[in-house]
Amino acid sequence: MRKKSTITPLYVLKLYIAGASPNSVRAINNTKNICEKYLKGKYQLDIIDVHQQPSIAKSEQVVAVPLLIKFSPEPIKRLIGNMSDTEKVLKALAVDENVMNNNGEYR
Amino acid sequence: MDIEKKNPQLPLFIIKLEIKMKNQKKNGFIKTPSGISGLDEITNGGFPKGRPILICGSAGCGKTLFATQFIVKGITDFNEPGVFMSFEETSKDLAQNVSSLGFDLNKLIAQDKLRIDHVRVERSEIEETGEYDLEGLFIRLGHAIDSIGAKRVVLDTIESLFAGINNTGLLRAEIRRLFQWLRDKGVTTVITGERGENTLTRQGLEEYISDCVILLDFRVIDQIATRRLRIVKYRGSTHGTNEYPFLIDANGISVMPITSLKLDYKSATEIISTGLPPLDAFFQKGGYYRGGNILVTGSAGTAKTILSTYFALSSCKRKERVLYFSFEESPDQLVRNMQSIGINIEPYIKSNLLLIHASRPTLQGLEMHLLVLLRLVNEFKPKTIIIDPISSLITIGSTSEVRAMLVRLMDIFKVNQINALFTSLTNPKQNEYSDPTVDAISSLADTWINLKNETKENERIRSLLIVKSRGMSHRNNECDFVINDKGIQLLPKNK
Repeated sequence: MRKKSTITPLYVLKLYIAGASPNSVRAINNTKNICEKYLKGKYQLDIIDVHQQPSIAKSEQVVAVPLLIKFSPEPIKRLIGNMSDTEKVLKALAVDENVMNNNGEYR
Repeated sequence: MDIEKKNPQLPLFIIKLEIKMKNQKKNGFIKTPSGISGLDEITNGGFPKGRPILICGSAGCGKTLFATQFIVKGITDFNEPGVFMSFEETSKDLAQNVSSLGFDLNKLIAQDKLRIDHVRVERSEIEETGEYDLEGLFIRLGHAIDSIGAKRVVLDTIESLFAGINNTGLLRAEIRRLFQWLRDKGVTTVITGERGENTLTRQGLEEYISDCVILLDFRVIDQIATRRLRIVKYRGSTHGTNEYPFLIDANGISVMPITSLKLDYKSATEIISTGLPPLDAFFQKGGYYRGGNILVTGSAGTAKTILSTYFALSSCKRKERVLYFSFEESPDQLVRNMQSIGINIEPYIKSNLLLIHASRPTLQGLEMHLLVLLRLVNEFKPKTIIIDPISSLITIGSTSEVRAMLVRLMDIFKVNQINALFTSLTNPKQNEYSDPTVDAISSLADTWINLKNETKENERIRSLLIVKSRGMSHRNNECDFVINDKGIQLLPKNK
């Protein structure tokens, strides 16, 4: 489905969850849906279970989970919660500025 | 089952209950040493093992240091690895800040005995988008604890989370869960908290920690600062309830329990010389008791220092070390002045039998003076201590504080069988017996000598009177004396 591209994707996202808690499952589904709907083909999403890699919690300053970190584009944003508030997620990811206004073309 | 035998009339369930209580007492309440010197005496053994302890106090009162010492001493002295979770300072800052106290955190980290985790929560970066919990923090802490087998944990200051996370209801529930989780893990946890306006901590953490709460306080009275500590509660254990002064110095925190000493020291029967043979004859047994407290009072220029130097000298001659605390004269000045009346103390200073420590009373607070004194006592191990004069300490503390300090001092001296001589300057216009220092100490002194200066027919007459001497009879009349280049000469009574 996804176009093969040599250009790094516009959105670099990492979702940190803790095991298979209801919030974790919901956060994964919500994030995937939002990405597919608004950022299709322009994102890279990694899902990390902090239980499996506890040392990452320290290096990435994970406190509250689920945590979604937007590494790119700048500025870095940290979103906590199960991502059920789509509007807030989009606002925090600054989706309109970066994507919507450009009619799907970036920059 | 001796209870059953003793009380055959007691119903069975009461007997069972008594046996149960007895066993509990025997198994006891497990405590772990706090690593803060002096605190374990107040708490009868330290912190409750495997439970959370809350340390609260206003900014700058030493909470972080307290927590750091708990961790570091736990590792170095009791072989209990520790995790320090800092919500304020970075690992680097923390290590730098405590390096002045001789705590080498980096070394302990390299030895896998210590983990420092700096938790940073920046509100401006965070957006809340639904339900969440603090599982990330649990995982982090759990990982750090498990990686080194930690027995001690510090959370400094967990209330910082309230600044970064909006949902305080959730945060409270999670913090409560965290404390329970730490309890289940069996780690002894010190949690620090900033003092609130009407509560012990800003966010009311004391509601969640009911085992042991310690309050630190920092007060400035008459421009001299004193730190104090109080145990607000300690469930399931007896503890001292007073406010105890504590010190932060080059060795970290140490608490001075004022009243923890008991009146159970042994009293010696050995007699030691006053340093002045004619004066020895005034006492029925020929001198002072060893380990006694001697008080020498008198107005200015009544030869208090000379009399105390005689005593110091007699100790030196017995090859017993003397620690001389001078609040008025420098060591050189003392040597010179004594030479003028034929007393040479210099050789004893050189042979390390006499140590003169001179400092201004106002240089530091009372507690600092006490600490310096105690440290010198521990290092120098003197058999005799002279404090000349204690009345200048009055200038830096209230009478009750000075009295409390002197009581402690005297107790420490007694326990260690150290002879102590205190001089006190009294106001000549006042009745000696109503002077504040005399009032504070006279009842504690074993021997009290009062010196007087009177002018009669254009001539100054010096006199000496033994006011009291516990445990032996003494001469009851005043004795005149002169001071010439051979020292003090007691004059025979010729009236």
